[in-house]
Amino acid sequence: MNSLDPRIKRLDFRKLEDGEEHTNSHMVTYEVFHQEKRGKQVTHVGIVHAANPQMALVIAKEVFGRRGKTTNLWVAKTSDVFTFGSEDEDLFETTPEKTFRDPGAYKVRDRIEKFQNQNKAKHD
Amino acid sequence: MINEGLKDLLFKMADDALIIGHRNSEWTGIGPILEEDLAFSSMAQDKIGHAIALYKILNEVLGEADPDTLGFKREEKDFRCCQFVELPIGEYDFSLMRHFLFDHAEWIRYEMLASSSSFHPLAQLAKKIKGEIKYHTLHADTFINQLGNGIEESKARLQSALNYAWPFALGIFEKSEFEDELIKENVFAGEKELKRRWLEKTLPILEAAHLKIPSTDESRVIYGGRKGIHSEHLKPMLDEMREVLQTDINAEW
Repeated sequence: MNSLDPRIKRLDFRKLEDGEEHTNSHMVTYEVFHQEKRGKQVTHVGIVHAANPQMALVIAKEVFGRRGKTTNLWVAKTSDVFTFGSEDEDLFETTPEKTFRDPGAYKVRDRIEKFQNQNKAKHD
Repeated sequence: MINEGLKDLLFKMADDALIIGHRNSEWTGIGPILEEDLAFSSMAQDKIGHAIALYKILNEVLGEADPDTLGFKREEKDFRCCQFVELPIGEYDFSLMRHFLFDHAEWIRYEMLASSSSFHPLAQLAKKIKGEIKYHTLHADTFINQLGNGIEESKARLQSALNYAWPFALGIFEKSEFEDELIKENVFAGEKELKRRWLEKTLPILEAAHLKIPSTDESRVIYGGRKGIHSEHLKPMLDEMREVLQTDINAEW
């Protein structure tokens, strides 16, 4: 009997028992996005292997949703995510004199509002 | 008098949960893929949690011993779990099939209790945990569907797992001597009704996975667990579960 010990044997999706190389078509990776509260943005948390979207959701629930608060999960096939190549990282570089375009003001706005709310709470 | 019936119902639910939880936890570290390893172990933990919650009701409301004593210090013959949950995990096909057949029965049982049990502590608990078990059935359905529609080997394995599991699965619905009383007092609508709903729910899923349903002939059903008659597998499992405790039974934890 083949060992079940994962340190010795894990299922290798590329090489099934007939020895043929498979393209992973029956188990592909899905990107998992986690939503903590209703209305809050979903955050990318990792990937799972699955044979279909439902399996991806079911598996993601235990892998990424079993601890802490979860309201919902999204999954999307990794191959459906479009991205720039790593060689294009230079696209995002910016010159120092363009920092006025950074959304720094928003951060300050958050702090001002927090301060105002605190004061308001004190006076209520 | 109804207390005896309540205890019987709670003990069988709690013992089922504890034993299947322990069994399924044996997959930890050896699951077929990492993700499934995690999911199976996590669901096993849920089951242990359900067992503790049920033992707590037995303790706090019905005057039985504390949950640790009930789970770890009773004798084999006092357990009321069905023989189905005692069976070794076997290969993944059997564990998956058991997970599917057993968890659907559990989910329906909790739904029935949540919606109409006159015994409030149990109705409350059922409301709280039926979502968890709903997930367990969703998980099982997903894999049954995938493998039932998979390759020849996965279909053949599922079918033989179903053939083996079926008479044991029907043993889940073994009637207790308190059946009529529990129905009359609106505590629980009974094993017969549970079995009817379970067949209604599971058969279409099995058929969609191209599986042939084995005979439901009463003479083949494996009963006994609910009366304390167990398979040869329960005792060694309990011994293993208690191995550490047995080294010093009075140790403070």
